[in-house]
Amino acid sequence: MDIEYNAEERAFRDEVRAFLRDNLPADVAEKVKQYKRLTPEEMVHWHRVLGEKGWLAMHWPEEYGGPGWSPVQKHIFEEEAAEAGSPRLLPFGINMVAPVIIKFGTQAQKDYYLPRILRTDDWWAQGYSEPGAGSDLASLKTRAERQGDHYIVNGQKTWTTLGQHANMIFCLVRTDPTVKKQEGISFLLIDMNSPGVTVRPLITLDGEREVNEVFFDDVKVPVDNLVGEENKGWTCAKYLLTFERTGIAGVGISKAALAHLKTIARETVVRGTPLIEQPAFAERLAELEVELMAVEMTNLRVVAAAEAGGVPGAESSFLKIMGTEVRQKISDLYREAAGPYALPFIDESEPAVGPEFANVAAPTYFNLRKLSIFGGSNEIQKNIISKAILGL
Amino acid sequence: MDFSYSDEQRMLKDMVDRLVADQYTFEARESIRTSEAGFSAEVWQQFAELGLLGVPFSEAAGGFDGGGAELMVVSEGFGRGLVLEPYLSTVVLCGSLIDRLADETRRAELAEGIIGGETRYALASHEPDGGYDPHWVRTTARAEGDGFVLDGHKAVVAHGDSADRLIVIARSSGEIDSAEGLSAFIVEADAAGVHRRGYETIDGHRAAEVTLEAVHVDADALLGEVGGAGDALESALERGVVALCAEAAGAMEIACDLTLDYLKERKQFGVPIGSFQALQHRMVDMRMALEKVRSLTFWAACSLESDPAERRQRIAAAKVMVGKAGRLVAEEAIQLFGGMGMMEESAIAHYAKRIVMIDHYLGDRTWHMAALRETLTDTARAA
Repeated sequence: MDIEYNAEERAFRDEVRAFLRDNLPADVAEKVKQYKRLTPEEMVHWHRVLGEKGWLAMHWPEEYGGPGWSPVQKHIFEEEAAEAGSPRLLPFGINMVAPVIIKFGTQAQKDYYLPRILRTDDWWAQGYSEPGAGSDLASLKTRAERQGDHYIVNGQKTWTTLGQHANMIFCLVRTDPTVKKQEGISFLLIDMNSPGVTVRPLITLDGEREVNEVFFDDVKVPVDNLVGEENKGWTCAKYLLTFERTGIAGVGISKAALAHLKTIARETVVRGTPLIEQPAFAERLAELEVELMAVEMTNLRVVAAAEAGGVPGAESSFLKIMGTEVRQKISDLYREAAGPYALPFIDESEPAVGPEFANVAAPTYFNLRKLSIFGGSNEIQKNIISKAILGL
Repeated sequence: MDFSYSDEQRMLKDMVDRLVADQYTFEARESIRTSEAGFSAEVWQQFAELGLLGVPFSEAAGGFDGGGAELMVVSEGFGRGLVLEPYLSTVVLCGSLIDRLADETRRAELAEGIIGGETRYALASHEPDGGYDPHWVRTTARAEGDGFVLDGHKAVVAHGDSADRLIVIARSSGEIDSAEGLSAFIVEADAAGVHRRGYETIDGHRAAEVTLEAVHVDADALLGEVGGAGDALESALERGVVALCAEAAGAMEIACDLTLDYLKERKQFGVPIGSFQALQHRMVDMRMALEKVRSLTFWAACSLESDPAERRQRIAAAKVMVGKAGRLVAEEAIQLFGGMGMMEESAIAHYAKRIVMIDHYLGDRTWHMAALRETLTDTARAA
């Protein structure tokens, strides 16, 4: 039994650290650590840097361009990248549509899309949720009707993250409305520049445009863009749920966030005493530290089990709940640390008032409410655990 | 990184699990708990025969040289069965002090008595007005002739009622809350001037209030140097905390299992109550609490030999989590069992009591939280 990394793992960690030190732009890392908005160019740049290094698609099999890392190596990379302040990778291309194409796609689809994803030629969006299909995803209504070599798509998707920048979207669409709801769904790749596609912003409570709604009005999609068999789209969607989710706890992100919070608590002096030396605040900080340690070690246990050949199943639901809860709690204390200066709601382009960190504190806190809602709400995760682990 | 058990650790685990499954059914435990001694001398003898009493002792002391992982394996197994024997007091706490403080000959002799099952010990450290602070010691040790004279009052000494010997922590110098100036003495429980008032504790164990009135002990009662027991005491208590956390993890696991079984069996409105989502989610919360305790206990157990700052942080974090997550599991278990959870005849009630009360041994959540808070402030000042 050994909780420390072995020599090989340490060497890998050093390699990752050196790479991040040499390649991660300092201004971008600083923005990430301070919860500031990145430009699309900054995001794409980081994807391309990793792509060129061969580290972008860490979960892919080596034959398709994955780096061939072990679960421990993946964990090390994620943790180091997060702690260094790397921009978060957009999962839609690399970790969502690509695994489905690798598993269910035709040779032509693999040859065309996978290299493009590795080069970040396309910006992918996810077309799952609809106004009437959230947790009950299978009740989706967006219709795709076959007409010769094309599908004609009509309907609406929502919560499309960063869809305003996307040129491609993978969608679950209904191809057979006459059968049981899960059995009439197909997985379709749609060019967002096609006539009939309209993207409209949804402004979230923090004032940001992070999500959108996407409307499809008689959109012609070539049948070649169908992944897997027609009416087997639900299989693709379910496959993604079991695909490599040990990073789901976001431990590295939380560690970086907590470290940042500690810095703030040291530097913020209220009534003559730094926050970190005020017992009530220190108590809550220490509570968070304990919680985060618990998530970190639980995550490592799952990683270690994967390393030993186990396949993480519903354990990832535990990690999703624990990881998102602790991230939310950190942002909660971050907001409190700002005190009255959490109130001013001033755009980043304008001069700030109060301490620099304070202006993003409350918006970040509100923005991160999403964590327990997206990716299968935490209640849905509990349903999964009840069924899969507890047998209830 | 390798989280798997070694072959020896696995064998140890199998042995403890088998022993607990055979000897510690709920009915058997009830008869042990309500017996006069409150533990079973036969079971203790079995521990000795199986070598369990030697697990944490160094090889030099005739032991198995078990570290944190072995301590965790044994204690977790005991937690599953709510084992009542004074393993923590005798082997973990007092054994560790003897191992660290006694000179070579004395160590071998004392350890032999423990490992063979002949002598049981209790640690008389904490005092009535010191809360969980092990350094808050008013009990005095005064040199007299070739030996010492001890005076003081020790509070809630776990298994102090039945122990053959006590290890008394007494002060010969230093401020009242200082680790400096503390000495450890072996005192025969029936020595003149030792008064013990034994009682049951609500979690089914036993303890005693111990008063020492002009208790004369020989020079060889002193373990180690005069005033030099501080570090060994810290180390013993850290081992004790890891053992308690692991015991809590074992007990929480069974509490979760019993509750899950009940959710599947108990029917209301014509269906198993486990089909109700409100209860399913609470059950998931219990399991999540269990995993957190397992994770932090594992981390603490693997950190017993780490550098002091890391070690203290991880051990305190584990005990904090046991206090917090343990309470959640205990309260939810009682709630999900409904009226049956309130019954003295239900096993779950006894698990709940032990899990909650583990918080009251060797520092509760608030006590260890204060230590973590101090660490934060210290690192802030250093930065």
